[in-house]
Amino acid sequence: MSLLEVNNLTISFGGLRAVDGFQLQIKKGQLYGLIGPNGAGKTTVFNLLTGVYKPNEGIVKLDGQDITGLRTIEINKAGIARTFQNIRLFKELTVLDNVKVGLHNHYHYNTIEGILRLPRYHRVEREMNERAMELLKVFGLDNEADFLASNLPYGKQRKLEIARALATNPKLLLLDEPAAGMNPNETGELMDMIRFVRDEFQMTVLLIEHDMKLVSGICEELTVLNFGRVLTQGETATVLNDPQVITAYLGED
Amino acid sequence: MSFISYLINGISLGSIYAIIALGYTMVYGIAKMLNFAHGDVIMVGAYVVFTTVSTLGLPPALGIVLATVACTLLGITIERVAYKPLRNAVSPLAVLITAIGVSYFLQNVALLVFGAGTKSFTSVVPLEALELAGGELVISGVTIVTIITGIIIMVCLTLFVNKSKAGQAMLAVSEDKGAAQLMGINVNGTIALTFAIGSALAAVAGLLLCSAYPSLTPYTGAMPGIKAFVAAVFGGIGSIPGAMIGGILLGIIEILGKAYISSQMADAIVFAVLIVVLLVKPTGILGKNIQEKV
Amino acid sequence: MKNLKLNKIRNHDFITYLMVLIAFLIAGILSVTGQMSSLMEGLLVPLCIYVMLAISLNLTVGILGELSLGHAGFMCVGAFSGAFFSKCLDGAIPDGLRFFIALLIGAAVAGMFGILIGIPVLRLKGDYLAIVTLAFGEIIKNLVNVLYIGRDEDGFHFSMKDSISLNLKPEGEVIINGAQGITGTPNDSSFLIGAILIFISLIIILNLIHSRDGRAIMSIRDNRIAAESVGINITKYKLMAFSISAAIAGVAGVLYAHNLSTLTASPKNFGYNMSIMILVFVVLGGIGNIRGSIIAAVILTLLPELLRGLSDYRMLIYAVVLIAMMLFNWSPGAIEWKERMKEQYFSKFPFRKDDKNMKKEVK
Repeated sequence: MSLLEVNNLTISFGGLRAVDGFQLQIKKGQLYGLIGPNGAGKTTVFNLLTGVYKPNEGIVKLDGQDITGLRTIEINKAGIARTFQNIRLFKELTVLDNVKVGLHNHYHYNTIEGILRLPRYHRVEREMNERAMELLKVFGLDNEADFLASNLPYGKQRKLEIARALATNPKLLLLDEPAAGMNPNETGELMDMIRFVRDEFQMTVLLIEHDMKLVSGICEELTVLNFGRVLTQGETATVLNDPQVITAYLGED
Repeated sequence: MSFISYLINGISLGSIYAIIALGYTMVYGIAKMLNFAHGDVIMVGAYVVFTTVSTLGLPPALGIVLATVACTLLGITIERVAYKPLRNAVSPLAVLITAIGVSYFLQNVALLVFGAGTKSFTSVVPLEALELAGGELVISGVTIVTIITGIIIMVCLTLFVNKSKAGQAMLAVSEDKGAAQLMGINVNGTIALTFAIGSALAAVAGLLLCSAYPSLTPYTGAMPGIKAFVAAVFGGIGSIPGAMIGGILLGIIEILGKAYISSQMADAIVFAVLIVVLLVKPTGILGKNIQEKV
Repeated sequence: MKNLKLNKIRNHDFITYLMVLIAFLIAGILSVTGQMSSLMEGLLVPLCIYVMLAISLNLTVGILGELSLGHAGFMCVGAFSGAFFSKCLDGAIPDGLRFFIALLIGAAVAGMFGILIGIPVLRLKGDYLAIVTLAFGEIIKNLVNVLYIGRDEDGFHFSMKDSISLNLKPEGEVIINGAQGITGTPNDSSFLIGAILIFISLIIILNLIHSRDGRAIMSIRDNRIAAESVGINITKYKLMAFSISAAIAGVAGVLYAHNLSTLTASPKNFGYNMSIMILVFVVLGGIGNIRGSIIAAVILTLLPELLRGLSDYRMLIYAVVLIAMMLFNWSPGAIEWKERMKEQYFSKFPFRKDDKNMKKEVK
């Protein structure tokens, strides 16, 4: 059974069908790519999947559960976490605290326990610190745990966003242009890291990317979006050699 | 009949609010700041008229001209000294607090120069009251002049912003400072011009306000300033027609509320209406709804 | 590494507590030994009130990141509910207990108002939120001025018109008398109680900031959309911060009411001018900087009094100092100049390497 099942997803903004009849199946543990020229509606698909926009039509099912039209936080609790194209970190919080915000719904003590610093506060905070540091280690950020998020270099900010998303313990991870602004060296590291995350956390990953080296390097299957519609879907190698896809890209550029 | 008379008084008071609100909204649109000192510029304008006309015995027309010039210069100076250095400050609150400081400053200068006592302002409007319907409906000269002045200012300002080159430059700067600069618009000059116009309007509002409600203290401008700010938000802050509509509606609501509900609670009614409007339409009547892009 | 960080937070908060303690001891000793002018002594309780207002507003403005111009309204609600309670039970229960309950009632009622007002208001953004909080503050002040409550053997009587329409029996007593407010509130406030309340407020706010809830609140401030995407309930945490902030302002109000024999709601004490003054403390002390709020509140409250010798000029000087401090602290030009000066004159001293990475949000 597929982990994510999307059928006939559609949204219009003032008459313009930004996403039209979008459909997608992702199997558990897959690394899946969503590509297409600029303005094709890729980020809009992410926004629809995460409840930022409500679809006009269509069904989204995660692990058999219908999550269509739920609010963002409910969708996150159901198991989808994401990163953003224009990085959205909690800039005035430390790197460690950014991840701890991600852990928020999995560790509990109440407000009074927090204010009075009762034993549970200390215990749970310690557990959160340990878990957050484990995640930061995966991304090589453990030495910067005390830094303000805004003081991290660009590449590390992208990694921190992934770490924060993973902290919410999702079933499906959405990455919006994770390699944007990275140099080839960093992109290589990132590819290893995404693979590692998939293996280590048994994660399913859907990513938007323009960097074809990354796409062809790690994605097992692809969906190509053009003008809000699915142009073609299938295995990476097949899709990338599809003349339709080549025309869509070259025609656009 | 009394209803019509209240309505006319409401429109008159509303015109004053609208004129002040125009200053607020233009400055907000272009500098993205709440100019808390705007209300106190009104007070300064009223004192200038008071000094020229009542103390020195000069003709009212000269007083009006002097007040307008003084307020315009004051507006430009405030912008240059207190606001411009903070234009690119990290927190938008910095310039808000400075504006509050300027407001305190103006009030206390007035307090030192003119004292805390209430000055009784002689109306600068020579027009006789108008009697209609056989004396049942009396409209004072000030009311008529206020409404007419309000209409003239609104028409002129709309024409200026939409037709003149400087007005277009204002729109451009309020849309995007950086892009406007690249298009060769003098951003600093345009912002100064906006403050100048806003402050000149404040002078006009000041003398109309004090002609209608002839008691002048250093704090005269504060409450009308706040009300006009409410009017600007009410109509959709940054929007010129919004400020006009907001101002006039606010004036009408205030006078009708005073007349029919409770004079003590008139302010509460005004603020309650504002809250209801903003909850229904969170950016005011004519405000643009900007959605954050994800 | 992480232990190091926890220690840093503790040190930071510890300095704040220590500073308040030392200030309290110095003022207390001066006051007890008679070294302090009666004018200054009269300022001690107001100082505590302003400090509490400033740190509580900083929770809304600095930690939650929403501009509120109606803080005095919550203070007003707390003051009147607390004073009302004290007036009703004056002599019925021990004074200490009565004042303690009055403080709790002030906190609870103001906190409740925080939630009631917060639900509609917190949907708005930026300047719109600011103006609506200002509007609510003015409405509260206005309504209190037309509120009449009296008591006789039949129980309580309410009116929004005047004291006569309360229809009290001859032996009945008007407790809240419209614009005349409440008279004869027991004088329970003291510098010691004020200082204790500051400590309690500090513990609540500082510990909240470093807890799970505080992180959620700050994440909303830093990036609402990202906070939602990791499952933070925006409404819940906004309301939490807003109502805790209101409740502390309410306690400050109770302290204020029990420091005066007559409590009225005037533009001066509960109007938007007061809200703005508190905001000035917060911004001048540093947005989100709790310790800075305390220092700013103390300096700006004392400044006009210290300048009293200059009589007429004192408020003018206050205004000029305020403008100058804002320009000096916030204008990019001045900040650059300060950096240059620092480099020129202090470059010999080795600064700690991680200086620029120091935590900004916990000062």
